[in-house]
Amino acid sequence: MPRRFALRIRERVVEGALLASALFSVLTTLGIVAVLFFETWEFFREVPLLEFLTSTQWTPLFDDKHFGILPLFCGTFLTTTIAMAAALPVGLVSAIYLSEYAPAGVRSVVKPVLELLAAVPTVVYGYFALLFVTPLLRGIFPEIAGFNALSAGLVMGVMIVPTISSLSEDAMHAVPMGLREGALSVGATRFQTATRVVVPASLSGVAAAFILGISRAVGETMILAIAAGMQPRLTLNPLEPIQAVTAYIVQVSLGDTPTGTIEYKTIFAAGMSLFLLTLALNVASHLLKRKFREVYD
Amino acid sequence: MSAWNRKTRDRLVDKAFALAGLATTLIGLGVLAVLLADVLTDGAGRISWQFLTSFPSRKPAEAGFLSSIAGSLWVVATTVLVAVPVGVAAAVHLEEYSRKNWLHHLLEINIANLAGVPSIIYGLLGLGLFVRWLSLGRSILAGGLTLALLLLPMIIMATREALRAIPMSIREGAYALGATKWQVIRGQILPAAWGGIMTGVILSVSRAIGETAPLITIGALTYIAFLPQGPMDPFTAMPIQIFNWVSRPQKGFLVNAAAGIIVLLFITLLINGAAIWLRHRHQRKIRW
Repeated sequence: MPRRFALRIRERVVEGALLASALFSVLTTLGIVAVLFFETWEFFREVPLLEFLTSTQWTPLFDDKHFGILPLFCGTFLTTTIAMAAALPVGLVSAIYLSEYAPAGVRSVVKPVLELLAAVPTVVYGYFALLFVTPLLRGIFPEIAGFNALSAGLVMGVMIVPTISSLSEDAMHAVPMGLREGALSVGATRFQTATRVVVPASLSGVAAAFILGISRAVGETMILAIAAGMQPRLTLNPLEPIQAVTAYIVQVSLGDTPTGTIEYKTIFAAGMSLFLLTLALNVASHLLKRKFREVYD
Repeated sequence: MSAWNRKTRDRLVDKAFALAGLATTLIGLGVLAVLLADVLTDGAGRISWQFLTSFPSRKPAEAGFLSSIAGSLWVVATTVLVAVPVGVAAAVHLEEYSRKNWLHHLLEINIANLAGVPSIIYGLLGLGLFVRWLSLGRSILAGGLTLALLLLPMIIMATREALRAIPMSIREGAYALGATKWQVIRGQILPAAWGGIMTGVILSVSRAIGETAPLITIGALTYIAFLPQGPMDPFTAMPIQIFNWVSRPQKGFLVNAAAGIIVLLFITLLINGAAIWLRHRHQRKIRW
């Protein structure tokens, strides 16, 4: 029967095409690793790994070249810490509110609107940090620099709030009703139920959300490139300009660096460090989330 | 403290937290409102037909947004043309065909990890792979392909979600009539999942329009005084032009940046609103 035969051929072709599409994602990963690895390999043929990891100066664009990644990581660390200090309490409290207090109507309106915060392009947040938040902060800290880690970090925190609140709320939502009823039946208030039963029970899910937030902050680029400055320096003072790893990549990309120069290779070495760091954070977040799921399945 | 007092105190704490929780939840909305107000006061006066239809210029008052709008449209169209078919096909494979073996787990873990890779790393991938190795140059095609890889995990996950929501009975009904697997998927599953898939696609388009870092990394230009004629032309995009204007010291360019942001935000929020509306309508309409 030729018709049935033709159908079967078509089924096989379609199946092959679908599998090929799925394998595309593996190719993407291989591509990322290959590009980063190849260029980083070239970089470390010219710069010793020890200097990269321990030197406290990062001046690849100057005549007197130093290749210590520490100042860039210091900038990333500083802004990430500020962002998380802002985003964690806000995200956690609003997650508890949405999961334990808010009427269903409020939740169904507030959650999508909160998600709009995450949809705002980061270049817009950068503008906001530089031209609205920094002048505002100058009222509190008159000595604050025009480009500084504080305003960039705070605005980044706002951007990350939906990530934390939405994922934490999911984790809290998954805590079985029976646990809450148990607490309420022995006379606990909703607040006591939330803080002593629901939050501890969903802790690994909340931690996963928090770590994912850190990973977002580490990889965030445009807010830092616009508002935090372009000066790699080893400081923990949030009022000074700094440079984050991502912002450095932007800075070099804007210039016209020819392929094969050491400046060109530095962005891949910086990118490789960033990739490994966020990969570790994402895997940790994933494992925590899975651990949380196992408890109640 | 007497038991009665403690009870009153506990109730007060509870009430106080309910208020504090509401207030905290509204902080985000407050910031969004302030942000919109700030941008509107800075840039609304600059929005004009001249602004929307002029090319960039050294003089802030003459500079316009046209080549950025056109560039964004070109890049996003390329991205969608590549990412949507591949993403939907990958999701169909994972949901409908894949057996739960090592390959399936590898694909799942891989997609989850790709979703967490910072966008600037995709920029480095695009620079190394498309711009250099495949010699596409700093073209619309290179930018579109880079963003397509970035959006792929998002589209795959949204499509899988939509496919999973379709009950087994739909598939079984079609099989009972003698349909082949692909006939079931093409004739029943994909049309039924269409609303969910579209929601995911629309959300990823809004993300693509706002992405800046990967396009800067592959070397998209900031000064383009012509309209692209094809996929191999150099380009600029709305967020890149905004970044360029923000980075300049003159006041006039900052006003241009604010005006550009208004256009960008208007489009982004419009698209997101459409996605939320679509999701809402879709959820209400379907009763299996």
